[in-house]
Amino acid sequence: MNTEHESEVREASMPASERLANEALVRRRAFLSRLSIALSGVFAAIVALPVFGFLLSPLLTKSPNVWRAVGAVDRFMIGQTVEVTFADPSPLPWAGAAGLTAAWLRRDGDRAFVAFAVNCTHLGCPVKWLADADLFMCPCHGGVYYKDGKVAAGPPPRPLPQYAVRVRNGQVEISASPLPLTSIGVSRRSTDEMTKRTS
Amino acid sequence: MNALRRLWRTVDDRTGISEIVRPLASHLVPPGTNWWYVFGSATLSAFVIQVVTGIALATVYVPATNSAYQSLEYIGGQAAFGRVLRGMHYFGASAMVLFVGIHMIRVFLTGSYKFPREMNWLSGVLLLALTMLMGFTGQLLRWNQDAVWSVVVGAAQAARVPVVGPALAHGMLGGTTVGGATLTRFYAFHVFFIPAIIFAALGAHLFLVIRNGISELPKAGRLVDPATYRTWYHDMLEREGRPFWPDVIWRDVVFSTGLVICVASLAWFVGPPALGKPPDPTIIQADPRPDWYLLWYFAILAMIPRAAQTYVIVLAPLVVGVLLVSLPFVAHRGERSPLSRPWAIAAVLVAVVMVGTLWREGLKAPWSPAVSVPPLPASVIGATSGAVYDGARLFQTRACIACHTIGTFGGQRGPDLTTVASRLSVGQMTTRILTGAVNMPAYAGSLRSDELSALIAFLSTRTTQGAK
Repeated sequence: MNTEHESEVREASMPASERLANEALVRRRAFLSRLSIALSGVFAAIVALPVFGFLLSPLLTKSPNVWRAVGAVDRFMIGQTVEVTFADPSPLPWAGAAGLTAAWLRRDGDRAFVAFAVNCTHLGCPVKWLADADLFMCPCHGGVYYKDGKVAAGPPPRPLPQYAVRVRNGQVEISASPLPLTSIGVSRRSTDEMTKRTS
Repeated sequence: MNALRRLWRTVDDRTGISEIVRPLASHLVPPGTNWWYVFGSATLSAFVIQVVTGIALATVYVPATNSAYQSLEYIGGQAAFGRVLRGMHYFGASAMVLFVGIHMIRVFLTGSYKFPREMNWLSGVLLLALTMLMGFTGQLLRWNQDAVWSVVVGAAQAARVPVVGPALAHGMLGGTTVGGATLTRFYAFHVFFIPAIIFAALGAHLFLVIRNGISELPKAGRLVDPATYRTWYHDMLEREGRPFWPDVIWRDVVFSTGLVICVASLAWFVGPPALGKPPDPTIIQADPRPDWYLLWYFAILAMIPRAAQTYVIVLAPLVVGVLLVSLPFVAHRGERSPLSRPWAIAAVLVAVVMVGTLWREGLKAPWSPAVSVPPLPASVIGATSGAVYDGARLFQTRACIACHTIGTFGGQRGPDLTTVASRLSVGQMTTRILTGAVNMPAYAGSLRSDELSALIAFLSTRTTQGAK
């Protein structure tokens, strides 16, 4: 503040040539300030670009559509719902058990299978199949589903999601899909897609 | 000794340590500060415990989904002091959450967030949010079955955010499913990213405490006026202020020492939370629960009506955040004393009672079905064969008992049926079983008529006389 004021006073009593030189200095300083700020921005951008790309890569890479065999057709009895497990679409080598997904598979007919996600549509907790009661029950907040996946009681906003199932070479195969999540609009479509691929 | 003193003088002269530390230590504090002023430093002390024990744990903990559980087993079982360190990190986290809450309530009640300390409050709100984030991410690093399902529950909540929800959820998971990238993500956030922001926010918070001064004890009728407060405050400090060191700090030190003794004793005698089942998402036998400081939120999630779910999950945290942030802008002047601010006391009471009640419900979790109830004993059934006995068996196998209590057995989701026949007729019971209700499945599609009559036979014996 003080020095600025002093330089203003000095400026008023300067000869023309000196004043011109002073103006050049002021311009030069303004330029140097802008240069330093802009280059800092460039520096940050150069570092940030790969970092953000790296952090966001899970959102940018599309998960492949993979069919996973869960057992021979004969292993499953008609009318029975059993837990099956299969590997995620592209598990990392160090994933261990975390790279696995469980599903409830029921054989409805000779070649007719239906596979329910274990994830409750309320908040994703693992629903348990109670064979004698013909119900799926969620341990977290008490969501209950009928055997066709329709909501029977509790907080779930949507029916239990289904995975696409097919029979190939005597093996039951499930389409390893993203974790089913309830969201506004978007996932309703993706849940429908999951079901559509079944037929 | 003289040589050491000379060395210190030289170092101090070249670095200016005393120049910085002495004014900080001896800064004047208003008279009358008491034990209500120790909770901020207690939170800081808990944070220090967390940093130190966390760094120590990180030297052994393996943040990989296939071996984190084993490394935790090793830390808790074999490593020297491992159990105590894990325990201290857990109880230190609990202390930090507890005292950050008490500190905030104290600051709110005494109106200390008012002029000129609005930014102290805002940096504190940021620190509160960061503390909760540390709690959530830390709970997941205890990579066991609860942690796996907590990630899923967290992602499921994030997915409810409009438009960006699924992207948020997949960003949390580090992919489209729980997998190898999930744990490293939470690890990096828990040990690098969030602590870095905490250090910055804490620096700002403490700087502001020094810059704006410790708030004086409020007095009813002494109003805060932004035009005159600062002059008044400084004059008051000049007249009657006392140096922070040692006149004031001793209470902080005494309290924090008590805190660390409690944390270490709990770690030693109670120990860290059990690991429980391994982090295998294909083990469906799960009963995931958050740590105690999030149990009340777990209760909220269970109790919001279906239609309001997305609004509550997404908007409630937002509304709380907006309220906390806007507080110093809305009420930055005037009365500070809680005695003259009944609404402030009411707000705290409502919040404490609400969280307390939700917390108690969260502990009981009456909405969770009881999936493994032991068989009803004959003394409760009142028969060992025949329709009543068959009905009792069906009551069990058809999972009625998961939600309904008979005597001391069963879940609490639905009405207690110990004496149901004294309140409902056979017709009413039959209708309810067949058609269900909002929170009860309809059994019309799965019960045979002989099963239904056995069930009714059993329930008809559940009378007030029978129960006695």
